[in-house]
Amino acid sequence: MGAFHSVPEDHEYHLLAKKTGFSLEQIVILHNRFNQLSHNSDVLRREDLRKIPDLACNPIQSQIVEAFFDERNFKKGGEGSVQEIGFEEFLTVMSYFRPPETHLTAEQKEEIRRTKMRFLFNMHDTDNDGTITLEEYRHVVEELLSRSGSLGKETAKSIADAAMLEVASISMGRMGPDEFYAGITFDHFLKILKELEIETRMNIHFLNMDTTFFCK
Amino acid sequence: MRLLPTCPCFLGASLLVCVTLPLAAGGGANASQSRPAEINVTHVPVVTVKWHHVETSYLVALWILVAGLNSKLKSFFPESALLIISGFILGGIVWGADKAQTFKLVPRNFFYFLLPQIILDTGYFMPNKLFFSNLGAILVHAVIGTCWNAAAVGISLWGCYLGGAMGNLQIGLLQFLLFGSLLAAVDPVAVIAVFEEVHVNEVLFIWVFGESLLNDGVTVVLYNVFDAFVSLGGEKINAGEIIKGIVSFFVVAFGGSLIGVVFAILISLLTKYTGKVQIIEAGFIFVLGYLSYLTAEMLSLSAILSVTFCGVCCQKYVNANMDEKSVTAVRYAMKVFANGSETMIFVFLGVTAIDTDIWVWNTGFILLTLLFVLVYRFMGVFFLTWILNRYRLVPIELIDQIVMSFGGLRGAVAYGLAASLDETRIKEKNLMITTTLIVVYFTVILQGLTMKPLVKWLKVKRVSPTELKLIEKVNNRAFEHILAAMEDISGRIGDNWWTRGWKRFEDTYITWFLMKPEARKNRDYLFSIFHKLNLEDAINYVTEAEKRGSLAFLNQTDGTIVNFEKKLRFSGVMPDIMSELDFGEKSNISDIKDTVPSVSLNIHEHEMKRMNEDFNAHHLLQQHLYRSRKNHRHKYSRSNFSINQSEDEVQEIFQRTMRSRLESFKSAKMGVTPAKKITKHPKKDPNHKTTDKSKKHPYGDEDFEFSEADSAYSGDGGATGGSSQRRGTYTMGAGVENPAFMPEMDTPPPPWVTEAEADTSVAPSQGAQRYLPWSPRNLHRLAPLRISDRSTDSFLMADAPATEESSEESPQQPSQRDGTHM
Repeated sequence: MGAFHSVPEDHEYHLLAKKTGFSLEQIVILHNRFNQLSHNSDVLRREDLRKIPDLACNPIQSQIVEAFFDERNFKKGGEGSVQEIGFEEFLTVMSYFRPPETHLTAEQKEEIRRTKMRFLFNMHDTDNDGTITLEEYRHVVEELLSRSGSLGKETAKSIADAAMLEVASISMGRMGPDEFYAGITFDHFLKILKELEIETRMNIHFLNMDTTFFCK
Repeated sequence: MRLLPTCPCFLGASLLVCVTLPLAAGGGANASQSRPAEINVTHVPVVTVKWHHVETSYLVALWILVAGLNSKLKSFFPESALLIISGFILGGIVWGADKAQTFKLVPRNFFYFLLPQIILDTGYFMPNKLFFSNLGAILVHAVIGTCWNAAAVGISLWGCYLGGAMGNLQIGLLQFLLFGSLLAAVDPVAVIAVFEEVHVNEVLFIWVFGESLLNDGVTVVLYNVFDAFVSLGGEKINAGEIIKGIVSFFVVAFGGSLIGVVFAILISLLTKYTGKVQIIEAGFIFVLGYLSYLTAEMLSLSAILSVTFCGVCCQKYVNANMDEKSVTAVRYAMKVFANGSETMIFVFLGVTAIDTDIWVWNTGFILLTLLFVLVYRFMGVFFLTWILNRYRLVPIELIDQIVMSFGGLRGAVAYGLAASLDETRIKEKNLMITTTLIVVYFTVILQGLTMKPLVKWLKVKRVSPTELKLIEKVNNRAFEHILAAMEDISGRIGDNWWTRGWKRFEDTYITWFLMKPEARKNRDYLFSIFHKLNLEDAINYVTEAEKRGSLAFLNQTDGTIVNFEKKLRFSGVMPDIMSELDFGEKSNISDIKDTVPSVSLNIHEHEMKRMNEDFNAHHLLQQHLYRSRKNHRHKYSRSNFSINQSEDEVQEIFQRTMRSRLESFKSAKMGVTPAKKITKHPKKDPNHKTTDKSKKHPYGDEDFEFSEADSAYSGDGGATGGSSQRRGTYTMGAGVENPAFMPEMDTPPPPWVTEAEADTSVAPSQGAQRYLPWSPRNLHRLAPLRISDRSTDSFLMADAPATEESSEESPQQPSQRDGTHM
């Protein structure tokens, strides 16, 4: 299956491989998956992603799906969201989850870290104003807790508030009387999640073997 | 370092006791033995020294004492090594006294009475998630690595023996293999003692820890297989027997694990229904854990693996099912047991050395064993990690591998197995024991000592112990979902897929089966973290409050309590506490509720008075409540130790925190309720004033007194304010009577107050500020924020009634106010 598709678009694949860092095999596999999801059309819509059965029970499904249609994730300085994406965009978003190469300098590591964090940050910062406001954050926490049963909205809210307060106190230290914490900026976001070791954790295995057959 | 000089003193003193007692008591015992015949007529002995009755237990108890005192040295010396060394000293002393070694670690005692609780402890406290996510790698290391070590050491030694490196020994290949297998046991106790201190990164830690734990079980199994081969004799072993051996290896290992899981289910089920018998429910864990060990032993399955998995699997459900107090009890008891036997084991290991009977020296054998043990450990770890790295996203680094290999400390299990060798079949048993001991000493003392410097020198990635942060947990959770979703989208069935599948299965079936319904409800991880932080904070708050004389913190006003109550109910945080709060405070609350309505100048006076009175009442209550509780505690009951009373205390603490938070809540002034209050009640103020007064001040007389006092203060606040802190605060409050404030007070609240209440667009964070009192750590963090709130919404503040103003300001910074008044 993979070989069948790869022949005509070989050149394009090479370009994509250079751009996103995936290997040719991986691109072929992901393309197959793309076709499967989009029902062999050239573009993918939100509904196509929402239909994935396993994704349907993901509490933060909407944010994740949205990330695929977010211009900010395609290139630097992008803004707004699109209705449908092509394979290249799909691959670009996927490439955020590519495991890093083994030998990297400290700066490269830091760069990777920043890009990955930026992706996460954008996911929370839905209105693209550079801060995750309390409302946005609350929304995320609510959704996170929504599937775990009995915890009500109030609890979610208070947890979000508490978390926000933590951020405020960590990033601002003692605030003066005239200050007001508007929300988490990207720098604060980086600072808070220092411990997360994102460069080693925000990865998934992209196999060189086609498993789309098994997936619905 | 300051402790250094004192520690040896302690040690010396206890040792001295140890030495003198046997000597003195020996004499005494002799005397008492001869005495009865002569003295029985003359008088009844008032005091007799019966040393021999208690000798062993006494000494062991003393050891533990000594060892406990030792723990102060731990900072630069690994505990296990220290214990072994004190064992040497103790053994030397006993040897000096008795000229023979009377204490020996009998394998039976070791395996049946000392080991189980240690393994149960490690299993029970295993970081589950980490363990299971690395289970594959751990199993590879534990099973293949152990087999490799056993075989390689055995065969190489045999080769060297054939080459003539050790002279003439009565030993064959099978015996060498048996010896190799017993030496393959990496000791979890020693490993943990060392690794806990160096704080290596979590993957490395779980690999070493998990491996050492499972590897013990595997070693014992392997040992038994080889032991069976040895007793069978070399000639009778054929392919069939070897296959049987391999099959039995897997049956024993997995059978044992299965027994452990079965018992874990039993424990979980049991704790589901033991809510009524809290005192013994903690005991069940130990008894059933021990039973799982014995059962597996009875069925000749791996007992160590059984008890390990029992601990690992039951912890989650047990913790959820049992009362928080029982959980704490289990934790502490578990640690005490484990530490006790750990101490005994290592001291025994030291004591055993001081015995001429067991020492058989064979330079070649011993040195070669040491060499092979070290070298093959390195080889095994490197090779297996290399294979595993090919499947890992983030490879294990070379440095980590070195540390992991170096962490292959041998310990008590190896010695126990060596000591239980059958002398009739293995002629060189003593040589093996000697060698094992030397390997243990070498690894535990030398490697243990050098581990920390090595970790530092190699710059192994370490974790810095960090505070528990809610935000991190929330983000982690989101992160997991994102990873899983990405796998779904990319169409790959990966780790996250499996984890999630298991989670779903667990949520739907297992928790239903093993957990109490109410435990299921509050089980969410994020919530439990939140709850934990809140509790911690609450306790901090109370301590802080008490440090500052408590009153300023505990002071609170009016309707906010009711409001809080509502909220608590709503979120269902702590139903118990709520009911308790109702019970305890109901009358108070309702009283206060009635007082809320009126907003008028006069009411301010009342407010002041009431607060004053509140202070006193609090003071009284505080003292009386605690006193009375203490009195109750003296009641003794075997099955019930006044749990409810201590709960009361916790609840009281909780209530207090709630109140103090309300205080800050009020001051944040973003709440809907205060605004509501204003809008609702102004109409009825003048008329209701008097009735309110009578209602809310049951202590009418005092009231009057205070009101007089108040007016006095307001008159010459500057003069009297400084006289005492408390008064100072009141003058401030009374200052509200200042005519400048009056117009605002008397006019009904302007319409925009209500608007502001509904209007969230004023400041997006309004809602947040409303809930600020809920946040954890607000002890440190709330203050600045609170201040900031004020400024951001200053217009609101201006509109807010002065009731708020006075009640909020007075408790906050009494000292400052004082200063101004002075």
